[in-house]
Amino acid sequence: MANQGVNRGRRRFLVAATTVVGGAGVAAVATPFLASLQPSARAQAAGAPVEFDVTEVEPGQRVSIEWRGQPIWIVRRTDEMLDGLSQVTDRLRDPDSENEAQQPEYAQNEHRSIKPEILVLIGICTHLGCSPSFRPEIGDPGMGSDWQGGWLCGCHGSRFDMAGRVYRNMPAVDNLEVPPHHYITDNLLLVGEDEDGGAV
Amino acid sequence: MAGNPAEKWQGGLLGWVDARFPLSQMWNEHLAQYYAPKNFNFWYFFGSLALLVLVIQIVSGIFLTMFYKPDAELAFASVEYIMRDVEWGWLIRYMHSTGASMFFVVVYLHMFRALLYGSYKKPRELIWIFGVLIYLVLMAEAFAGYLLPWGQMSYWGAQVIVNLFQTIPYIGPDLVTWIRGDFLLSDATLTRFFALHVIALPLVLILLVAAHIIALHEVGSNNPDGVEIKKNKDENGIPKDGIPFHPYYTVKDIVGVSVFLMVFAVIMFFFPMGGGLFLKPDNMIPADPLVTPELIPPVWYFTSMYSVLRSVPDPFLGVVAMGLAVVMLFFIPWLDRNPVLSMRYRSFAAKFNLAAFVVAFVILGWLGLQQATTMISEMSFRWSLVYFAFFFLLWFLSRERSAAVSLILFAVVVGIYTLYDITRFDPSDASLIMWSWLIPTVHLFVCMVVPVFARGLGRDRAVPERVTS
Repeated sequence: MANQGVNRGRRRFLVAATTVVGGAGVAAVATPFLASLQPSARAQAAGAPVEFDVTEVEPGQRVSIEWRGQPIWIVRRTDEMLDGLSQVTDRLRDPDSENEAQQPEYAQNEHRSIKPEILVLIGICTHLGCSPSFRPEIGDPGMGSDWQGGWLCGCHGSRFDMAGRVYRNMPAVDNLEVPPHHYITDNLLLVGEDEDGGAV
Repeated sequence: MAGNPAEKWQGGLLGWVDARFPLSQMWNEHLAQYYAPKNFNFWYFFGSLALLVLVIQIVSGIFLTMFYKPDAELAFASVEYIMRDVEWGWLIRYMHSTGASMFFVVVYLHMFRALLYGSYKKPRELIWIFGVLIYLVLMAEAFAGYLLPWGQMSYWGAQVIVNLFQTIPYIGPDLVTWIRGDFLLSDATLTRFFALHVIALPLVLILLVAAHIIALHEVGSNNPDGVEIKKNKDENGIPKDGIPFHPYYTVKDIVGVSVFLMVFAVIMFFFPMGGGLFLKPDNMIPADPLVTPELIPPVWYFTSMYSVLRSVPDPFLGVVAMGLAVVMLFFIPWLDRNPVLSMRYRSFAAKFNLAAFVVAFVILGWLGLQQATTMISEMSFRWSLVYFAFFFLLWFLSRERSAAVSLILFAVVVGIYTLYDITRFDPSDASLIMWSWLIPTVHLFVCMVVPVFARGLGRDRAVPERVTS
């Protein structure tokens, strides 16, 4: 076939037009595949809030429950533990909980909780997701004499105080996260939902 | 025969096939008439050994798939079932788990060979690039496979690695949820990792291996002298220093295969856990999202990169540094502009640089297995500097540098991390920071300053015309 009489402009237009339409087709086909990797409806439904009766927790004790497959810690702090919170502030990275992503508004206070003694935390290190171990003893020999109780992450050594606030110069840079929660009755806690019904 | 279709075998079954498919031609091009340099040494075993391990992994993997159940409820029990109840199941599984570690052993030695003899240099840049891609896919493949037994180490190892993406600004958290397919590492994650491990990544791996070999056979193999054998051809156009891959190197490789399989068998039968390096005791406990093991080190072949990650205090920058530790490999062919390929004829400084890199890689690997203390973190940081200095020095040693350039660049590079040391200076770790400062500094000093005063140590030697021995 001869190339005479070829309309180059039209040929270029056709090549461009088919490329664009084909590209749109590829993008359209890719969408369901990529979207299928998101959490399924079942996974989303499994994120429902859980109830817990806080009278089960003794002073100084920590109880772990599960919400969305994550450990949720509920700690009833003793008076000594609460007193220790103000003693460590100058060694903390974010003592005033200024990073709003790490707790709901109602937990943005020194004790990071609704009731001062009851602490509710997601028990996952904000560094790389390990679950830190509970070191409640004041002056724990393994943690140093000025230790006021808290958590130590075994993976990379991050330390947190008794309100889940991270110490300075640790691998983790954020305080432990406080999940959305509220009290249905005086002692019945609902984890996973705010007072006004908002989740997360 | 071969090359020229007119001379093809005319009769018989082979002739019938050759008229329809280039069988003889492929045999000749890649084996019987593929001329490889005659001076290969034992470093050249590892390419074919890597291919052998790939086959072992695919075959043992196919059989494991017949018994394994990719379900968070059933996975752990199905692996125990393979180990206890399936006839010879324990052997097949240990073959696969030992094979995974051996794959990395062989690949690391193969990569070292390329660095030793300059096999990444022109015209073999693409072979190197395909090789680094294979290494990347292999890491993803190993990582996905490690989750499948659904033990504690599987679970928490994956948790830590997946969460690395969380540190990416803005999109991090959503990206991680998308990767996991759930708000936590769960059944959804297991099934997709299974799909990646048994089908997607192996396909990519095989395609890349094919590309790697096609590129190699296009330009021909390098050799321990780094001499281009195609420059010296006889009247038939055959390189004078070349011998046909088959039967010479196929037979030689059988020796390598025999030795390798002996080592492989000893590990598989007597040390399948590799002293906790290949399989960890914690992985004999079913995954529990609520209990974290005390120490979560990655499998040994990731620990060097992991140490680089831990050496940087900022999480996101740590991830960037770790990524860079791998990505830098891609740039090697363009960093090292020195015309001399083989370390045999490179200067003392260049040899020292490569040795320092190997030592840094091994030490970082050991550090990555340890619990992070101040000492371990500091050492990780210093040896990471040595690791990255290697790439800078590859460029620096591309040619002989003047005294002024050498000294100024030395001062600048040392100055950069010394300044950082001053900003992070902490009186309680003063002596540690000060003596560990010597580690990267000695490396840079030997490669940059010593040649200024002892010119001979910075000078490459003459490369012979033909291969030696």
